[in-house]
Amino acid sequence: MTAATLTPALTPTRRLSPAAGLRHTFTLAWRSLVQIKHNPMELLDLSIQPVMFVLLFTYVFGTAIAGSSGEYLTFMLPGIMVQNALFATMTTGFGLNNDLTKGVFDRLRALPIARWAPLAGRILADTVKQAWSIALLLGVGSILGFRVGNGLLGVVGAFALLLAFTLAASWISVLVGVLVSEPDKVQIFGFMVIFPLTFTSNIFVPTDRMPGWLQNWVEVNPVTVVADALRGLLVGGPVAGPVLQTLLWGAGIAVIFAPLAVRGLKRRV
Amino acid sequence: MNHAIRAEGLVRRFGATTALAGVDLAVPTGTVFGLLGPNGAGKTTAVRVLATLLRADEGHATVGGFDVVRDAHRVRQLIGLTGQYASVDETLTGAENLLLIGRLLGLSRADAKRRARQLLADFQLSDAADRAAKTFSGGMRRRLDLAASLVGRPQVLFLDEPTTGLDPRSRNDLWDIVRALVSDGVTVLLTTQYLEEADQLAGEIAVVDHGRVIAQGTPEELKAKTGGQTLTVRPADLVDLGTVTAIAAEVSGATPEVAQNAVTVAVNDPGVLPAVVSRLDAAEIAVAELALRGASLDEVFLSLTGHRAEDAPADTDLERTPA
Repeated sequence: MTAATLTPALTPTRRLSPAAGLRHTFTLAWRSLVQIKHNPMELLDLSIQPVMFVLLFTYVFGTAIAGSSGEYLTFMLPGIMVQNALFATMTTGFGLNNDLTKGVFDRLRALPIARWAPLAGRILADTVKQAWSIALLLGVGSILGFRVGNGLLGVVGAFALLLAFTLAASWISVLVGVLVSEPDKVQIFGFMVIFPLTFTSNIFVPTDRMPGWLQNWVEVNPVTVVADALRGLLVGGPVAGPVLQTLLWGAGIAVIFAPLAVRGLKRRV
Repeated sequence: MNHAIRAEGLVRRFGATTALAGVDLAVPTGTVFGLLGPNGAGKTTAVRVLATLLRADEGHATVGGFDVVRDAHRVRQLIGLTGQYASVDETLTGAENLLLIGRLLGLSRADAKRRARQLLADFQLSDAADRAAKTFSGGMRRRLDLAASLVGRPQVLFLDEPTTGLDPRSRNDLWDIVRALVSDGVTVLLTTQYLEEADQLAGEIAVVDHGRVIAQGTPEELKAKTGGQTLTVRPADLVDLGTVTAIAAEVSGATPEVAQNAVTVAVNDPGVLPAVVSRLDAAEIAVAELALRGASLDEVFLSLTGHRAEDAPADTDLERTPA
């Protein structure tokens, strides 16, 4: 038993260096990612669902909406990347709420680690998962016939832009995760908000095919804006305008929701 | 005296609920201190304040000589926390949970692995090292929780209801572990609703009810506080039960209780026992059991709070959920 205790490490130090905080963040990100190993369902969630959506929409709606599945794939893939990324942001709130309700968060906060590391670690891990999903969608898309119009630069740009936007949007998920009483409610929120939000954009159906009253909303819907930016970068068409608008949306969301989420988290614990 | 934990006038409110209404504590280094009280008494809130998880509205506290608010980072380097709420990650394996904490505490990968292996062996979890924690039994879970709080070799350990919901054998195992830790010099603050647990482990106990310390002392002092001892007489022949009851009543001057073929009566005068023995002898009554016992902590609690520890309202969430 002596092995378990005795000799407290050293005289305690007063402060943490930022480098130590980063190290804590990476360690906690490892923790979130290694979970996938034990819970293969999560990997299926990350992988099968987006691929299934692409297949279903391409072959079920493609011909009806765009005349051919190939043309529709080109139109829809950037949009489905946005939709999938938004759904995936819910992982952050779900995991955070799980940690809060199960007491893992308390254990972490009682350790001498950077205060921001548990949240930063989770967001970092979820960004890695996002990157995996985006790459998977692009990969499956190209197999099915999606052709990139702007070369590698376009792909890298689209990748970076979508990651940046989801990073901002994940603050909404963090806020939800902090406010609700149990993890499942994060899923319910995601379902109820992200489904209508993404379907009332131009990701599946071009704006001019919708009723007039809906078109006004579709045009200002941020999902439309991000999807247009990705189309511009990946396929071709206007780039500067939609990309700028996407960045503004992302910044706006982060500026509003990050402080709310952090404040909510401080209150909750 | 050197105190590992000191608290003065801790007050903490959650909306209209006052979880702590002015708590003072002084825990000598290297001892086990028990916070005893029913659900919702404020025990968990007190631990959360001392473990730097929650700020008190009033009062202050030090752990290892460091202020829990101003020097929180230093306090966190000294403490370990195992509680109903401070928990391991269920989706990770036993080994991964300990590895995670070792890494967060700044151990190298190799050192963290070594430490994890050693703790798993110490707590008889080696066989389960590579299983997800969610597959563990209740007793294994608690042992892993405790191991996780020991990775950093804490000087001060907070155990918040460490055996709630455990079967008697797992409870005994955990008690042995705590005793071993204390013999290594660790200071333990233990909260419990089980009077027996406080009696078994703690050198000193503070009884908490409605956010206040209503009594404090060694288990013996607390028992003495209620003044009484109880005398139990079990006649060999049940026919004598009535006579024994009459003798007990007459000698002690109190009203005896008869249960399970034995007569129990409260006793305050040391002369009662010999007097009862000689009367039984004179009446030629054979006795199967004759015992004088100190009051149990259960009785102490009842006399201090007016209610038994176990039938307190089960509002566990009260301490946790800010209204």
